[in-house]
Amino acid sequence: MSASDPVDTPTVTDTTEAQTATVDTPLRRFLSDYCDSPLAVGAAVVLFLIILIAIFAPWISPQDPYDLAVVSIFDARMPPGSYAMDGTPFLLGTDGAGRDLLSAIFYGLRISLSVGVAAGIIAIIVGMSVGLAAAYAGGRTENLIMRVVDLQLSLPAVLIALILLAILGKGVDKIIIALVVAQWAYYARTVRASALVERRREYVEAAACLGLGHARIVFRHILPNCIAPLIVVGTVQTAHAIALEATLSFLGVGLPPTEPSLGLLIANGFDYMLSGKYWIAVFPGVALLITIVSINMVGDQLRDVLNPRLQK
Amino acid sequence: MSEPPVLEVSDLKTHFFTKAGVARAVDGVSFSLARGEVLGLVGESGSGKTVTGFSLMGLVDAPGRVVGGSIRLGGEELVGKSERDWRSLRGRKIAMIFQDPMMTLNPVLRVDTQMIEAIRAHEDLSEEAARERARAALARVGIPSPDERLVAYPHQFSGGMRQRVAIAIALLNEPDVIVADEPTTALDVTIQAQILYEVQKLCADTGLAMIWITHDLAVVGGLADRVAVMYAGRIVEEGPVGEVLDGPLHPYTRGLIGSVPSHNRRGRRLTQIPGMAPSLLALPPGCSFAARCPRADSLCTAMPELVPTEGDRAVRCHHPHRADEPAIEGGSA
Amino acid sequence: MSKQPLMRLDGVSKRFAKRLDTAEKIVNFFGGDRREEVVHAVDRVSMDIADGEVVGLVGESGCGKSTLGRVVAGVHAASDGKVFWRGKDVSTLSGAERRDALLKIQMIFQDPMSSLNPRMRVRDIVGEAPRVHGLISAGEVDDYVDKMLLRVGLDPGFRMRYPHQFSGGQRQRVGIARALAVEPDFLVCDESIAALDVSIQAQVLNLFMDLREELGLTYLFISHDLGVVEHLSDRVVIMYLGRVVESAPTEELFAGPNHPYAQALLDEVPRIDTRKRVFQPIKGEIPSPINPPKGCHFHPRCPHAFARCREETPALREIAPGRLSACHLNDG
Repeated sequence: MSASDPVDTPTVTDTTEAQTATVDTPLRRFLSDYCDSPLAVGAAVVLFLIILIAIFAPWISPQDPYDLAVVSIFDARMPPGSYAMDGTPFLLGTDGAGRDLLSAIFYGLRISLSVGVAAGIIAIIVGMSVGLAAAYAGGRTENLIMRVVDLQLSLPAVLIALILLAILGKGVDKIIIALVVAQWAYYARTVRASALVERRREYVEAAACLGLGHARIVFRHILPNCIAPLIVVGTVQTAHAIALEATLSFLGVGLPPTEPSLGLLIANGFDYMLSGKYWIAVFPGVALLITIVSINMVGDQLRDVLNPRLQK
Repeated sequence: MSEPPVLEVSDLKTHFFTKAGVARAVDGVSFSLARGEVLGLVGESGSGKTVTGFSLMGLVDAPGRVVGGSIRLGGEELVGKSERDWRSLRGRKIAMIFQDPMMTLNPVLRVDTQMIEAIRAHEDLSEEAARERARAALARVGIPSPDERLVAYPHQFSGGMRQRVAIAIALLNEPDVIVADEPTTALDVTIQAQILYEVQKLCADTGLAMIWITHDLAVVGGLADRVAVMYAGRIVEEGPVGEVLDGPLHPYTRGLIGSVPSHNRRGRRLTQIPGMAPSLLALPPGCSFAARCPRADSLCTAMPELVPTEGDRAVRCHHPHRADEPAIEGGSA
Repeated sequence: MSKQPLMRLDGVSKRFAKRLDTAEKIVNFFGGDRREEVVHAVDRVSMDIADGEVVGLVGESGCGKSTLGRVVAGVHAASDGKVFWRGKDVSTLSGAERRDALLKIQMIFQDPMSSLNPRMRVRDIVGEAPRVHGLISAGEVDDYVDKMLLRVGLDPGFRMRYPHQFSGGQRQRVGIARALAVEPDFLVCDESIAALDVSIQAQVLNLFMDLREELGLTYLFISHDLGVVEHLSDRVVIMYLGRVVESAPTEELFAGPNHPYAQALLDEVPRIDTRKRVFQPIKGEIPSPINPPKGCHFHPRCPHAFARCREETPALREIAPGRLSACHLNDG
């Protein structure tokens, strides 16, 4: 910062400075800080590509792996780099049903990511509301909510999801519910912790002094200042959600075979591992690994950049 | 003053190499300190007074670096010493007191453990002898019942007591110089007075020399022998405390003194220095104060030197005031 | 003063209790002795503040001056006692009246960084409240904010900036503009210049004095800095551990403080016009407000304390016209 205009002569305006000032928004600052680490930029680029692939899977995949008219059982278990009868290349080989593995992975990413992100968003909304309510209400309400959160966090997420799915059965909606239930508590705890800190700041007292309503203070003043830690936890938890979904699908309790996520692809290929047909399980596994690692790396950098204690 | 000075700093330069450019936090600072003398180092935030203190202790961390000048302590050159040499010097020859005493104190260790450790780091002394010296140090800074206090943890002390313990730790190895960085700023008025009282006694009794870094001119006026006023990394005026405060030569010193509310101008507007301190990354060429100075003219685009004037004083200004002008005008518009 | 005071505090107390948590209750269940800690931050304080007056509130840490300021500003409700705004008991006001009274008293805070919402632009920080309360319409916000910024000596071009883009002194000006935007009559300044550099302090103090002249504002100026309070105030109130110990017109107080604590405080203040003075501090620490001494809170540190001071709390009584002091020595 080089704000050096004399404060007592307001008519003097350094125009160049006024211009740079309007550009120096928190977003700009955030981007420039984020780009300090080339590794994190790389991770963000990879993640961006993965998201693009997931969104445009139907248009960029070499074949529609779930169109029975296209898939041929005669192409089954072909190694990477082989060609179909009609000459289409299978870059990553084919699976047990003769599907192009690359296409299956693209479609699998689409399902894994959308389930993970949907669960993440719902869990954030639920957790945030509960956490804010706890922090602002205080007293008994807060105690009650936070004990539920503690209880929830003391159980492994896989266990909660397994029990729920055993009750609910299979399906995209069911697994999203299971993931939300397994994860909302993390968000609630995070939001409450930062809201408690923000609540004591002088700007909240100032807002009370200015006669602003409770809802406005909570949502316009406190909440925007709690977003940063929420984003950090959100990225990491979304990665967890994707991994958890893969685990559940691998175990056969997650998504139905009609919605083949990466976890399901790995499970299907697992049978062929011992017969040397490694690619059917390994390539979806690598895709899952890259996705989760890149999300986590982005999350790590976000934590460093958004950490108020490290901010100058 | 025929005795050689205990500390002699000349042309000290400490720069910070940041992403946004080189910040010349300390840029050619020179002063000397005699035995038993208290030098008040006064300046506002960003003037480089704290970095000067850290440089004297060899405590400047990356991206900062002492890039030039010399620090001679008892005739020994400190600039360029290895970290190992610094460790043996710090605490033994020169010690520091911080604004927050918890910078010195470890919250999970008892006071006696920390003090005995600090003594035995420099001297081969028996545990009993070290404890006795720690007890004496606590008593010397006016801590009641030092035996009980020795076995307490830092959190069991009040803020003022904690600062006393920090001072006692600084005294343990009888250093020649203590650098005190705003040690009473966070304390209440009555507690501050207690600490100032102890410090004053110490310097008079033991010949300890002290650099008292502060923004508070009033404290310096009551405590120090000499004062050096810093602005944007340089000393702009130096001299005996009475002369400087009564007849400041530099327009900045004059402005600073005018900014302090004083009872003879009650209710009137304070003299204010317009604007604010320049960024160290974008210092104007020439005198750094010129942009805020009522006396600035074309001459001030060249950096003035710190020139000695009569009465053991020095000023860095092309257009200094006369020493016999009254320090405070009757309030300006 | 026959006129009705702008603000009257009548025996106002504010207590903070740290409730026992579950773990402590369990300890108690097994025979432990955990008690609720109650801090009497403000203990039966009464004072009047006249329209247009500048009252300086002085004291050391833990004396309750900030808490009292927040009770006056309506941020905290008083635990006991009554607060009158223009002769009306604030606790009996209806919703709309209460809101109006609340808006007329604004606060300027100590830390210019934490008192501004870091995620909001200056335009929203200053313009939000007047728009929400219907003082201006949405279309007038920019002009209104410009007017407020000019009034506090800031360039209206800073309107779209965020707080972190300002220096400390400028941030404090934004805080003042925010308060002025709801057209207050009364400003409570809680250590408002303590965090600023000396030369910037002078700028902000001058601004306070200018605003007083232009807008006829009344101030409660809370500070630990006696020099600043002396410069600005018409009357000074000194607090010690939650109680008012002395209240007097500024010049009279500085000419001759009555209460031993006031005397000690005035003696300790370093002054720029004293050289190489010998510091003669009063002994002892400031006691914890959780467990203050009985009788007169100051007696363990007081050089004149006698038996009665240890038992009986001295009342705040008039010792001369306009001067109040709470000390048994005045009983002769």
